[in-house]
Amino acid sequence: MASGTRQSGSKGISRRSLLKGAATVAGAAIGSDAIRGFPTIWAQNIKDVVLHHAGPPVTAIPAIAEQASKDLGFTVQMQASENADLLNRFLSQSSAIDCADISLTYMRYLIGRNILQAIPLAKFKHWDETIPLFTKGEYPDGRKIVQQGITPTMILYATDATGQKATNGTPTDYITGIPTVTNGDTLGIRPDLVGRKVDSWADVLSPDFKGRTAIQDNPTIGIIDVAMAMEARGDLKYGNKGNMTKAEIDKTVDTMLATKRAGQFRSFWTSFDQSVNLMASGEVVIQSMWSPAVAAVRSRGIACTFQPLKEGYRGWGYTLGVMKHVDGLKLDCFHEYMNWYTAGFPGSFIAREGYYSAQPDTARKYLAPAEAAYWFDGKAAETDILSPFGKVMEKAGNVRDGGTLWQRLGNIAVWNSVMDEDRYLTRRWNEFITS
Amino acid sequence: MTSAGLSSILPFALRGRPVAEPGKRRTTRLPPWLVSWFQVGPLALILVVVFALPTALFLIVSFYDYDRMGIYPAFLLDNYRELFTTPATWRVYASSLKFAVIVWAITLFLGFNISYFLIFHVRSAVIRTVLFLLCAIPFWTSGIIRTIAWIPFLGRNGAFNQMLMGLGITSHPLTFLLFSDFAVIVTYVHLFTLLMIGPIANSLSKIDPALMEAAVDAGASRWRTMVDVVIPLSKTGITLGSILVFTQVMGDYFVVRQMSGGQSASIVSMLSTQIQAMQYPPASANAMVLVIFVAVLVAVMMKVVDVRKELVK
Repeated sequence: MASGTRQSGSKGISRRSLLKGAATVAGAAIGSDAIRGFPTIWAQNIKDVVLHHAGPPVTAIPAIAEQASKDLGFTVQMQASENADLLNRFLSQSSAIDCADISLTYMRYLIGRNILQAIPLAKFKHWDETIPLFTKGEYPDGRKIVQQGITPTMILYATDATGQKATNGTPTDYITGIPTVTNGDTLGIRPDLVGRKVDSWADVLSPDFKGRTAIQDNPTIGIIDVAMAMEARGDLKYGNKGNMTKAEIDKTVDTMLATKRAGQFRSFWTSFDQSVNLMASGEVVIQSMWSPAVAAVRSRGIACTFQPLKEGYRGWGYTLGVMKHVDGLKLDCFHEYMNWYTAGFPGSFIAREGYYSAQPDTARKYLAPAEAAYWFDGKAAETDILSPFGKVMEKAGNVRDGGTLWQRLGNIAVWNSVMDEDRYLTRRWNEFITS
Repeated sequence: MTSAGLSSILPFALRGRPVAEPGKRRTTRLPPWLVSWFQVGPLALILVVVFALPTALFLIVSFYDYDRMGIYPAFLLDNYRELFTTPATWRVYASSLKFAVIVWAITLFLGFNISYFLIFHVRSAVIRTVLFLLCAIPFWTSGIIRTIAWIPFLGRNGAFNQMLMGLGITSHPLTFLLFSDFAVIVTYVHLFTLLMIGPIANSLSKIDPALMEAAVDAGASRWRTMVDVVIPLSKTGITLGSILVFTQVMGDYFVVRQMSGGQSASIVSMLSTQIQAMQYPPASANAMVLVIFVAVLVAVMMKVVDVRKELVK
């Protein structure tokens, strides 16, 4: 909801001109065979098809649906909602949705409940361009990724065509959803106000910033951020920060209670715009944050850094899944759509929010060279960098925090998660939040 | 929520005579029992559909078992046991009650005095209506906006702190102004004082000024007139206002979360954490306990003052 208002608040004119620019790029791309497969469905039959795509506001963006409808010949409709509302829609109203952006953690709730169907790998054209983080659970240099939290491979491969069970890493010919978006989250800081170097998760608990820090009021993410900080500080070594034991939860929450009592936290945020306002107003100088929120603070002309930390990032990812009830012509349309979706336009769109497409090489084709160099290659911006909605967010000469794509995504210490002890965690979290 | 309260308040300014004379002759031939059913029917239907049925559903689900995958029919007391054995529960109830009592006291003081002024000191009906509208104008925007508007005002670098520092009253910004109990109470008072003004002004306007003159003629001081005449005659309004304010504070989620910056929690925000984690049975148990708690609270207030009897008078 929060990001929804942000989008509708942006200027229509600049967005329009941006779309025009994108369309030009798209035209060039068609010429260069970047969009393949489009003519495989006979255009006469498909013009009445409407594909309902549900997702969170950061990816279910109407401009993407508009472009898809234009390119594909059938209608794509975007529906955005957040958090539990979104998960609830998947669980209770899946018949009103055709396909969905599903976070790796929500896959945990959805697989095995007869909501999704598997996608045959053979239908997916951009598999080879998908980063190995998703396909093999490793970095391009062959290092295995850290198995803490819910990693992409834990939910990606379905045992069979029904898609009701995931293999936990063993490759098969069916996937539960096509990889779409990923990123590594870290702490956001106000470099002008912190007054010293910040390079560790432990800094969010540092007495130097007493009364000027914030974390997310969300049990699963909030506790992982604090666990990163406690481990960095040397309080304890977790077996798996993404799946803590009861004892680990107790130790972490007890520390959080003491820290809260000492007045460390200024606030706890629940929505995107809250986190932006806390930072922009200077109430908070260091907090757990999202990349587009950092961008939103910066586009107000306020210094804000998505600070790389030596312990690494908290990773997360999204896949695009298709609902069980979709079949026949509509399923064909979905296959067209998923291949379009990973062919670059949406990837370029979310790249400008600071996220990464799971097929970065296709997204690159839709980014201007200066944009690609800035967002993916860690180079100084040659021109002013615009937000997805056409607002200048980065002056020429600036360099993105965290360096290249693989400097960020190559250093993920833990993934977002749903823990086995989530029932207990929720209780303890409520205790923390109410204390 | 507030707008529902508002509709019962606003017509006051335009109030005419009492609605219906009891015992007036009817021209229809419907049997009286059927007439009664027609009268209660619409409201009963609405209450059954939007209140009784959902509440019954919550009651049933609150005994269910659950895990990450879903909820399972069962009859377990675990959800209630966990609720009552978690210190957090007692803490949020204590904290919500604390807020409710403080806000109730402040809004009652403000509400009573403003109403008294509007009814007995303002002679012109036009000016009274204008002043009443001035009280109501903030309600033309949403409660969310009225809440959030306080944040830039009270913040560390906010308008109020800058004013204080500009006047040399403090050298450092006061941080307790925002994301604190103070901020929560300020916002509640701002939001809910009108809920007190409406019913109390309504009651006060029914008091025959002759009664007060009689009291003064009989030698009563202003204070005695107030205590022995005005307050007893306005207790219906005081009770109604108190019920509105209490239930609003107890059921609040947004103000506490925004204005305390998550430092304090309300009963509903605790429930919301459970919903976010897809834990519906404990959330239902939580909701049931809240409904019962507020119902008992309202019942006690109604016991102190029989509002229905007073309204019929």
